[in-house]
Amino acid sequence: MTVLLDIRAMTKTYPGVLACDDISLEIGTGEIHALLGENGAGKSTLVKMIYGLVRPDSGHMYLEGLPFTPHEPRAARADGIAMVFQHFSLFEALNVADNIALGMEVRLSRSDLASRIREVSAGYGLAINPDRIVGDLSAGERQRVEIVRCLLQSPKLLIMDEPTSVLTPQEVELLFDTLRKLASEGTSILYISHKLEEIRSLCDSATILRGGKVVTTCTPADETARSLAAMMVGTNLAVPARRDHAPGDELLRVSGLSLRSRSHFGTSLEDIDFVLRAGEILGIAGVAGNGQDELLLALSGEERSPPGVIMLGGSDVGLSGPNSRRRLGMLAAPEQRLGHAAAPDMSLSENAMMTARIRRSLARHGVLDWTAAAEFAGDVVERFDVRTTGVDSAAKSLSGGNLQKFVVGREIQQDPRVLVINQPTWGVDAAAAAFIRVTLVELAERGAGVLVISQDLDELMEISDRLAVISGGRLSEPHPTAGIRAEEIGLLMGRTGDSRAAA
Amino acid sequence: MLLLEPRPEPSRVMRTVTPFIAVILTMAAGAVLFAFLGTNPLDAIRVFFWDPLFDSTVASYTRPQLLVKAAPLIIIALGLSFGFRAGIWNIGAEGQFIMGAITGGGFGLAFYPAEGFWVFPMMILAGAFGGFLWAMIPAILKIRFHANEILVSLMLVYVAFNVLAEMVTGPLRNPDGFNWPESRHFQDYPSAHNAELLSGTGIHFGVIAMFALVVLCFLVLRNHIFGFQVRLAGQSQRAARFAGIDAALLTAMCLGLSGALAGMAGLFEVAGPAGKLSTNFPLGYGFTAIIVAFLGRLHPVGILLAGLLMALTYIGGELAQFTLNIPAAAVQVFQGMLLFFLLAVDILVNFRIRWKRPSGDRSGSEPALAGASAAPSAPLTARARDGKEGQT
Repeated sequence: MTVLLDIRAMTKTYPGVLACDDISLEIGTGEIHALLGENGAGKSTLVKMIYGLVRPDSGHMYLEGLPFTPHEPRAARADGIAMVFQHFSLFEALNVADNIALGMEVRLSRSDLASRIREVSAGYGLAINPDRIVGDLSAGERQRVEIVRCLLQSPKLLIMDEPTSVLTPQEVELLFDTLRKLASEGTSILYISHKLEEIRSLCDSATILRGGKVVTTCTPADETARSLAAMMVGTNLAVPARRDHAPGDELLRVSGLSLRSRSHFGTSLEDIDFVLRAGEILGIAGVAGNGQDELLLALSGEERSPPGVIMLGGSDVGLSGPNSRRRLGMLAAPEQRLGHAAAPDMSLSENAMMTARIRRSLARHGVLDWTAAAEFAGDVVERFDVRTTGVDSAAKSLSGGNLQKFVVGREIQQDPRVLVINQPTWGVDAAAAAFIRVTLVELAERGAGVLVISQDLDELMEISDRLAVISGGRLSEPHPTAGIRAEEIGLLMGRTGDSRAAA
Repeated sequence: MLLLEPRPEPSRVMRTVTPFIAVILTMAAGAVLFAFLGTNPLDAIRVFFWDPLFDSTVASYTRPQLLVKAAPLIIIALGLSFGFRAGIWNIGAEGQFIMGAITGGGFGLAFYPAEGFWVFPMMILAGAFGGFLWAMIPAILKIRFHANEILVSLMLVYVAFNVLAEMVTGPLRNPDGFNWPESRHFQDYPSAHNAELLSGTGIHFGVIAMFALVVLCFLVLRNHIFGFQVRLAGQSQRAARFAGIDAALLTAMCLGLSGALAGMAGLFEVAGPAGKLSTNFPLGYGFTAIIVAFLGRLHPVGILLAGLLMALTYIGGELAQFTLNIPAAAVQVFQGMLLFFLLAVDILVNFRIRWKRPSGDRSGSEPALAGASAAPSAPLTARARDGKEGQT
């Protein structure tokens, strides 16, 4: 196999951070090469250097044997490098053809462009209609627009940054078919991800980064997901032990929960029913923006519901606010850490006071006991291994993973009867994510009911006893996780995407 | 080129130092201003800031004035600081100050000439209650109809002016006052008079109340659930709701508290230093207190210091008027500059200035871009920092 892009000893330093430290790797022609690493491992910086967004401090790149020093993305594109970003850059009000035309360096007539789009999209199984308005497309379809835009430039190397985070399992399969076809025709693909199973099934080789350095280059198919994870993190990750789930007493019953979203871009909840039992983890899967945030607000008490809709162990909490529900043992951890679950400029002690005041008696007659709050925050920091300089540091000074451990720990240390948690490991490094999953399982084993809302299907398959899917503000019937196949979940997840597209 | 780099954590040093930087910049800009007015700048600064306290001929008169002027400013600013921290903007303290003077003063005069130790305490309560009720108007309109409290409270100041004019020409006009548009003089009614307690110090009951309130507000802010809720609401509305804070109740409490304290200050003023209700009674304390609150970093101790400084500019300004012939408006320009400089240098709390050679490296300019977009993080927009943390 000939080498398309040869990267030698690339180094980039940011103030205080060595983002890329002497990174070398080779990408062959027609090869699907994975770049695997945790947040902060240097993947993004490396890719930005290849795409001309960032200049290296030192090191060289050779494209087809010739020195390659792109000083801006336009130069990189001219040399045949294309990139699909994790966050799409599309105008929602314009149609597909207009969006693609805006990103093209070569001007084509409208009819030429439309026929080229049809040609490319048909050739690679990327069903897309040039006349559709982007605002009406699902996330998967938008990604296809981005890919088609890249393919029209006939790239030699296509860089894909975390492409599957917004896709349903079916869409992932379609994407993989496209990528394999491209590779078979000689296009190289640099595939950035931290999803191990995907990399094992798709990629020919993988370069693993950790702390800005290359750990190793391997053939993913020869490795297990566990061994890849161990290389990525540097240690073996804790995996929650599968447990026999004996359903306990009913703790939380939600019947006929409907909620109009306050936000224009939110999804209203429609007639949601479920039961959560003691000792159980109920997982709620779904693509982002299908009512997850609204469900958390309704359960935390930030949004009220009519009487009889939310019953917590026999008491009606629909009309109760967050603190009344906390008093009864129903706690919540929202997805957005800074500015919702935690106050950014407040210290960890103050953030502990924020939700634990009632259950941990951190105040008497309205007078706050800061010593007790600092002690409680210290407990959380210690038990949940939160890396911080102390309980006086501001919440925003913590890394995402550490703050998430604090937020989850703060609720678990209050000994909840019911814990509702949205995206427990979003943006969290693998080690912290594994730790959080283990603690959630332990919490359920101690007899609490845990409701986990997550977009990470692997995570839900790993820890939940039963699984339901939220889509378009409706919740499917929960199924026992054992014996369910990812494809079935995927069908439920994709259902509204299709119905929306048809509308 | 100069870059503004976001700091990982707000600088505590800068938070303390920036008010002093603002004072120094104001003095410098003021000196330039006075030079243009044909006055020796050093003389002007001395007359403004030094003579009122230390000049052998005038200080014995001006020094007691310091506490007299500072007390209402500080009491009002303490009340405003809670709302300002929570992002509830009561701009109408001047109106609540006037209404407090009317209700409290009117309450006392209603009992004239009955003597009794209970008259004055009841007047204080009546004054606070009047200010509270006046502030409840914007509170209720905001809670019920989402009316902007900045506009409503401000407009109510002008309503209060007219209520005052109506009162001193009608029900509260001095029956023995030859039809002058003013109330009975409080020094003629000992039970209702807020007299100087120690002669030559300027200390009256309002000054004592002011010091007590500084301590009380300090404790509430640090150790009471109300202070905590106020701080939390100021950081993030969503986090506050998650913490179980009732936004409507908080709005009512913050506006009510600032109204009550402004009303109380109005009563102390009318029954003491002003001595009577008249159309000349409002001196703009309610507006100046906004500057005092920000200059004092919305912190009780800071407000105490800022109030004393602001009182000094009032007294020094008067002194400058008749010794140097500086126009009266110069005082307001001075106070205005103080607020502007403070808001400007405030950026140093969250950002640091770095010198960088221009280069084509895009990555290097990222912090500057981030800085530019987040730049207007002066106190007035501090509550807008609700964003998700960045993700790589």
